[in-house]
Amino acid sequence: MSANPPAIERVRAIELRGVGHAYGAVRVIHDLDLAVEAGEFVAIVGESGSGKTTTLKTINRLLDPDAGEVLIDGVPTRVQPAHLLRRRIGYVFQRIGLFPHLTVAENIGVTPKLLGWSSTTIAARVVELLDLVNLPQTFSARQPAELSGGQRQRVGVARALAARPSIMLMDEPFGALDPVTRDALGSEYRRLHERMRLTTLMVTHDVLEAVLLADRIVVMRSGSIVADGQPRDLLNDHPDETVRALMDMPRRQALRVAAMLEESVRG
Amino acid sequence: MDDRVAAAWQQLPLFLGEHVVLSAAALGLGLTLSLLCAVAAVRNRYVRWPVLTLASLVQTIPGLALLALFYPLLLALSALSETVFGRSFSALGFLPSLLALTLYSMLPVIRNGVTGILTLDPAIVEAARGVGMTDWQRLVRIEFPLAAPMLMAGVRTAAVWVIGAATLSTPVGQTSLGNYIFAGLQVQNWVSVLFGCVAAAALALIVDQLLALIESGVVRRRPVRITVGALVLVAGVALAAMPRSDETADYVVGAKSFTEQYILSALIADRIAAEGGEATRRTGLGSAIAFTALAAGDIDVYVDYSGTLWANVMRRADVPARTRLLAELQSWLAREHGVGLLGALGFENAYVLAMRRDRAAGLGIASIDDLAAHARDLTVGADLEFFARPEWPALRDAYGLDFAERREFQSTFMYDAVATGEVDVITAFSSDGRIAANDLVVLTDPRGAFLPYDAIVLVSAERADDPLLRRAVAPLVDAIPVEMMREANHLVDRSVNPLSPTAAARWLSDSIAPRSGP
Repeated sequence: MSANPPAIERVRAIELRGVGHAYGAVRVIHDLDLAVEAGEFVAIVGESGSGKTTTLKTINRLLDPDAGEVLIDGVPTRVQPAHLLRRRIGYVFQRIGLFPHLTVAENIGVTPKLLGWSSTTIAARVVELLDLVNLPQTFSARQPAELSGGQRQRVGVARALAARPSIMLMDEPFGALDPVTRDALGSEYRRLHERMRLTTLMVTHDVLEAVLLADRIVVMRSGSIVADGQPRDLLNDHPDETVRALMDMPRRQALRVAAMLEESVRG
Repeated sequence: MDDRVAAAWQQLPLFLGEHVVLSAAALGLGLTLSLLCAVAAVRNRYVRWPVLTLASLVQTIPGLALLALFYPLLLALSALSETVFGRSFSALGFLPSLLALTLYSMLPVIRNGVTGILTLDPAIVEAARGVGMTDWQRLVRIEFPLAAPMLMAGVRTAAVWVIGAATLSTPVGQTSLGNYIFAGLQVQNWVSVLFGCVAAAALALIVDQLLALIESGVVRRRPVRITVGALVLVAGVALAAMPRSDETADYVVGAKSFTEQYILSALIADRIAAEGGEATRRTGLGSAIAFTALAAGDIDVYVDYSGTLWANVMRRADVPARTRLLAELQSWLAREHGVGLLGALGFENAYVLAMRRDRAAGLGIASIDDLAAHARDLTVGADLEFFARPEWPALRDAYGLDFAERREFQSTFMYDAVATGEVDVITAFSSDGRIAANDLVVLTDPRGAFLPYDAIVLVSAERADDPLLRRAVAPLVDAIPVEMMREANHLVDRSVNPLSPTAAARWLSDSIAPRSGP
């Protein structure tokens, strides 16, 4: 029995090692280290321009970082063509980007089709996914233009899940929706995340959403990570001022709402 | 009037068929190249500017000039191919027309394609990348389908342009609906000009509507419309491309684009037929193109003028006597090009200066010497090439001519201009029927400044010793005096009851050898 057993390095679903990226002369993220365990739901929060979206895009190589490396399941993403990597990773973003000339079913089935699935398999998968995102089966023949914003993003989520990825990248996925739809879709997605044992990395500027959905919150400022922890730890008097300021608002709002509820119960 | 329309209808299958095949080929090639250029321009912004600029630049070149420029270019390529591969190709007719029109069709397709793709919602492009499409898959499955409506609008524009510009391929020897227009313009057959314009416009309109049907099918995703539109287009092109019997002729008779040339080419074609040969005519050739075409073997026989070849082809500036010029020309043609000179027809179509009879009498002008004294107060009108030819400085210097104003006309309008008094003196042609018709007087040339312009029959190197052709041409040598040619030209050019060039050729043939009728 040796004194120091060799550390068994756990294989992370997503790992960023010293990642940096610049647009021209503007350095957006630098020397970023971040690891996400399989099955985790991690939210990245921070002000506009803090580098959240850029960080997310380096993971499925919508951007290739100019420094450091990204590993998926322990394998550097550089070893294979970017489009093959992207087919294995679900991607949902605020502007949704449904293809307007394709039906809902064709939109959902696009990645499976690229992977060469048979049309019957794809059709069955579309049925399954419409159920999963709570859309009626009659929607499959519709055009994206016929759907409401919330319905479109349900299709967006279904499209991202279609090829059974284990990792989902979400860039302000519910940011453009009205509060009620937003809340409903957020909690529904959280249940999907559990049920399908997904690894989810979500960028959001809505701290409350992050607090309610994520297992872990990463706070970014000027291209670096300034805090990384469980929501409850970050909510309670964090030493960093930015983090405190960011987390203070949902806390105050929650306290005010709680006080009001208490009053109404008493009254 | 009626028989002119009937004659036009009779030529329609040939002219329209050739026009359709040419336009379709140019559009097909142009569309393919344009799409490749558009893709390159979309993917690489360093390619974008040069491609769009170049395509715009082509558009600023007048269509006729673009067509004409391709001829010498192809000729050089053909010569190169001859030395490298031992095979040459025809630089006249279809090929230069195809290439010029192809270039002409590219701008609207490239511009609309590039704009259509670059203005797509960036979210859609990001989504296409995000779901794992390669660049090619994104182009084919997303960008092209979404840019298709705009692209189709560009294709429609290109189609209308090409069908219109294809009428300009007549002067480089490609049969098209332009034959109606160029021939009609030369012989003042306005019915023919109008017929050509209407036919080209109708064709453009029909094609545009069919493409509009396809476009609406693309926009509204109605595959039926796309299929119907495409099927009709394909069927139309297939019908036009069906081989016609007249393409098997042995002899090609060329003609430049003026009345006398149309008549003489018809006359030679008739003579070849009479000897048992088959002949087609390639008419409306540009003056400079006709000889090059003969030297290259694209046409077998045509009539040119000794002075023209002397000045333009041999590039000689001296003015020798008539017989010496002919002898030197004959040996030079044989030596340099292997081209045979079968003989002179017996008349000259020389440049002369002509004035309205009353105007000349009023000023007391009979010779160019007399004219020089009044030139400062007079306006001279010339055809489109005269002032660029060596005769002009020679004439000017010989007589010290200094006109108040110089104007240039297409030759039909030049005669109208002198008749209406818009210009005082014109550079007429000695065999032109319009001299007598407009009651013009030809000024004498006491100092011999003008070159002799004997009408001569030239045959290509391959046909120089062709016995049938020699038999066909022999009866015409020294058989047509200038008065006879003038009359024949007048029969076609007169405004009252004009004859077709073919009918005038028959009149000429009868006048040369009167038949012993019953």
